[in-house]
Amino acid sequence: MFFWVFGFLRMGAPDVLWRPGMRGPMQAVATELKGRRGDNVLFADISFSLGHGEALVITGPNGSGKSTLLRILAGLLSPDSGAFALIGEGGEPVPVSDHCHYLGHRNAMKRELKVSENLAFWQSFQRSDSGEGLPVEEAIDRVGLTGVGHLPFGYLSAGQQRRIALARLLVSHRPLWLLDEPTAALDARSDRLFAELVRTHLASGGLAIAATHQPLGLDGVRTLELPGIHATVAGGAWA
Amino acid sequence: MMALLVRDLAIATRSGGAAMLGVLFFLAVVAVIPFGIGPDLNLLGRIGPAILWIGALLASLLGLDRLFQADREDGSLDMLVMQDWFSLIFTVFVKSLAHWLATGLPLVLAAPLLGLLMNMGAAATGAVMLTLLVGTPAISFIGAVGAAVAVVLPRGGLLVSILILPLAIPILIFGVSAAYAAVTDPDPFWPPFMILSAIALFFAALGPVAAAAALKGASD
Repeated sequence: MFFWVFGFLRMGAPDVLWRPGMRGPMQAVATELKGRRGDNVLFADISFSLGHGEALVITGPNGSGKSTLLRILAGLLSPDSGAFALIGEGGEPVPVSDHCHYLGHRNAMKRELKVSENLAFWQSFQRSDSGEGLPVEEAIDRVGLTGVGHLPFGYLSAGQQRRIALARLLVSHRPLWLLDEPTAALDARSDRLFAELVRTHLASGGLAIAATHQPLGLDGVRTLELPGIHATVAGGAWA
Repeated sequence: MMALLVRDLAIATRSGGAAMLGVLFFLAVVAVIPFGIGPDLNLLGRIGPAILWIGALLASLLGLDRLFQADREDGSLDMLVMQDWFSLIFTVFVKSLAHWLATGLPLVLAAPLLGLLMNMGAAATGAVMLTLLVGTPAISFIGAVGAAVAVVLPRGGLLVSILILPLAIPILIFGVSAAYAAVTDPDPFWPPFMILSAIALFFAALGPVAAAAALKGASD
């Protein structure tokens, strides 16, 4: 059995992007994460460190554990071993759950409610002390769907629904974005729009970790490739 | 959290919502009883409080499985479970409260109408309303535990009811005995009513914690 070591690819935080009034630099540090489903080890020894304004793209074949890794980072699953932490501006760890947006395969929106009601709910539910988000209407404008606020979410097409799900990341400010296949169901134009959103987020000192096959069109994005070789834990199913 | 309450109430009251479903089921269960029993007014009046309570219990259990499953299907549950412990417990509390406001409270309000069908007097109807007002929140709060345990099961509806039913039996016993005590003379009303209130408070404290633990464990 072999492990895949991704060293600490530290890059200097781009200080040019740092302006007064922005939140302090934040770091996301993963140390030797190991994840498995059942008795299949999906990945092991995943270590990385992201400084402010940096992004990490996770690639790999289907079933290689991209979603599992993101759910571990979000705190929805616990890793087999290793740890993931967000380090705040004062060097102290801050709770990941309050400082990250997780965008999963599903959009987390209610079909029965209007688009604006959905976003207003998340805005107030995911309010964080790390900064103000955009007003709901402005967030809808930013994903290029001006004027759909009054429609029930269920009326929108799959691609439009995905774009509204992206707008959720804008209505409340959280420094770390965890994105699982964010561009699923998006057309080429929306792909560029998405890349623009991520670029703006990074420029304001945010961090992003995305599992995607799409080239994000971003410079200086690091890539973590999960090889997707399943290793069975020695010692049987319940080891 | 206020936003969560408003959202859940909005969903429950809009098209396809669960709010009307419970009341209609309650109506159906109680309305067929007089036809089945026959026009024996004394008998109907005597079994009325019990029938109303059984109907309300079954109607409360009806929509419980959707409490967390709807959120799981559209991905919202991830965002709820991602919170820290205290917030998650409070979230479950608010969701249970919204569930009661949408499905339990209408049952209480519909009880007088159905009391007429059961030939119940004013005192008996009032007693049933009061005991339902205290007892139905308890069903919602403890029901949240069953809903959380069964959240990963695609068709967990019946399972939730079966899991919750044993825990709901004390609510039914003390609810019905308090309602009867109000109309039959020597029996005291307050002791069973106080025990019912105690059960409601206990479930309101225990339910959200247990349901939060189940939700944390169920995320896959």
